[in-house]
Amino acid sequence: MALLEVRDLSVVFRRKGTTPFTAVDGVSFDVEPGQTVGLVGESGSGKSVTALAIMGLLPKRGAEVRGSVRFEGADLLTLSDKQFRDRRGRDLGMVFQDPLSSLNPVIPIGLQITEVLERHRGMARRQARAEAADLLNRVGIPDPSRRLSEYPHQLSGGMRQRTLIAIALACRPRLLIADEPTTALDVTIQAQILALLSELVRDTGTALIMITHDLGVVAGLCDEVNVMYGGRVVERASRHALFSASRHPYTHGLLASIPRLDAPRGEKLVPIKGSVADNIPWDQACAFAPRCPNALGRCREVSPKLEPDNGGMLRCHNPVGPLTAAAERR
Amino acid sequence: MTAPKPLKRKAGRIDDLASSSGGTSLAADAFKRMSRSPVAITGAVITVLFVLLAIFSPFLAPKNPYIPYDELRATLRPDSIPGPMPGFVLGSDQNGYDFFSRLLVGSQQTLIVGVCATLIGVAVGMVIGGLSGATGGWVDTLLMRFTDILLAIPSLLLAISIAALFAHGTQWTVIVAVAVVNVPIFARLLRGAMLAQRSSDHVLAATALGVRRRTIVFRHMLPNSMGPVIVQATLTLATAIIDAAALSFLGLGDSDPSRAEWGLMLGKSQSYLDVKPELAFYPAIAIILVALGFTLLGESLREALDPKNRR
Repeated sequence: MALLEVRDLSVVFRRKGTTPFTAVDGVSFDVEPGQTVGLVGESGSGKSVTALAIMGLLPKRGAEVRGSVRFEGADLLTLSDKQFRDRRGRDLGMVFQDPLSSLNPVIPIGLQITEVLERHRGMARRQARAEAADLLNRVGIPDPSRRLSEYPHQLSGGMRQRTLIAIALACRPRLLIADEPTTALDVTIQAQILALLSELVRDTGTALIMITHDLGVVAGLCDEVNVMYGGRVVERASRHALFSASRHPYTHGLLASIPRLDAPRGEKLVPIKGSVADNIPWDQACAFAPRCPNALGRCREVSPKLEPDNGGMLRCHNPVGPLTAAAERR
Repeated sequence: MTAPKPLKRKAGRIDDLASSSGGTSLAADAFKRMSRSPVAITGAVITVLFVLLAIFSPFLAPKNPYIPYDELRATLRPDSIPGPMPGFVLGSDQNGYDFFSRLLVGSQQTLIVGVCATLIGVAVGMVIGGLSGATGGWVDTLLMRFTDILLAIPSLLLAISIAALFAHGTQWTVIVAVAVVNVPIFARLLRGAMLAQRSSDHVLAATALGVRRRTIVFRHMLPNSMGPVIVQATLTLATAIIDAAALSFLGLGDSDPSRAEWGLMLGKSQSYLDVKPELAFYPAIAIILVALGFTLLGESLREALDPKNRR
């Protein structure tokens, strides 16, 4: 049995006076214990909302969540507020995008770590402080016992993100969701944080959902990748299959838009034309059709289904052939 | 290979800096910035002098401010009030009391009224605003419409109406009246700040960690919302003093004429303006100075706590 089974998860935002907006539209995927699963897509593809829905952090009013999120067999979406609060932080942890604004600016970071330890592991203050220093040490913050009494604004960006990871892992959750954890950091720090994450995940056996728009992050970390577009999964593949033989034109476009070390000099990057704003609804078409170089007439008339393909899953009428992809690189 | 010396020295210095930094909070940061601002220093000096004066005025006053003196009464006439004479620095007031001593002791009442009215206003306002911001929903709507009603009435008019409800005015009449006027201001302010905190990233992060609601409100939302409240409290001290003086001036405060209070002194001396204008002039100056001191302090505090002015 998978650790986390997401089935037909949909999130619709409703607000008086506006048309309902479907941010996540029937997403299903599994996360096995200890596995790292990527959710990839550009802004507005529904990846963050998926994460918030799994964590039960969407506002009660205005957001309608349907489908099921089974964690070790129990549906999280049917839990009461109180039951969910007991599981958050203990079974499920989350690391957010912006490390500075995700830490409370007016209390020392030590308290922000011990608070979770006291809450979920019932530790006494003193014991929790020792454990907090230990945690900071494990995420690679030097001189941890002194850092405990420092405030977030006194730490560097990388240290703040390390602290957040330490807090999220404080209670050894079985699932960690990282929502673009490296976006606000510069490149050298990004690499350190990713290395730290993969090391911790390996050591503790925590499953990880990695939300990112950065395929470089995917390449370094994920076992399996879900590519999302317009609130739906358009392609699922193992990391190697994704990079060697991506089938969906969207994935293909994402790959073509990042620079490669082995590309000939002077080769131009190929952007994906248009933006998410060009989407058409999924009901009677492929949402990506207006931007798709491979679009057929059928793409605007029949909504494609997510079907097994070459060991993964694919939602496309006219996928890019593996050979074509290789040929285009030349 | 020889290591470049300057670099080594620099590294050492950075280590020193790092080890000495310790934990400095935002409050400590704000204090450091305030100690460099001349406006803040002026405000702080006036405020400290005023508070010291209020505490020690019974010992500083050369004469007993609560009894009339025969030396002064001897020459006291409706059209002539004795000026300075030996032992009486500023001469007599209209009742034959030592004017200077009364002026000094008057600071006490002013401070008590200002501080009490502000504290009560802040306390009640924070309870209402905190409840409103933390719970939301119909509780929020109900409490906020109530504050809207209070805010709709001009503040001094509201204070006068409340003070007029009491048959026999005391100092507490003034305090309660001024406090009630300030309640909706603080309630509004705290609610707004709490609402902003509720949708902030760190509150979301704390929620994602399963932190209890109570802890989120008291540890994560409230402390982050206190900045504007503290600033407003300092500024309110100034207006509270002025409002209290206004109420006393209108005769809605303490009805005991021997009571030394600047607003009351100002009110009672108005009919002697052509005989001895100092009787009105000095209390007025004192009120203005104190209000100015608190305002300067509050304004610079606001500036120091404003994240836009940071570094």
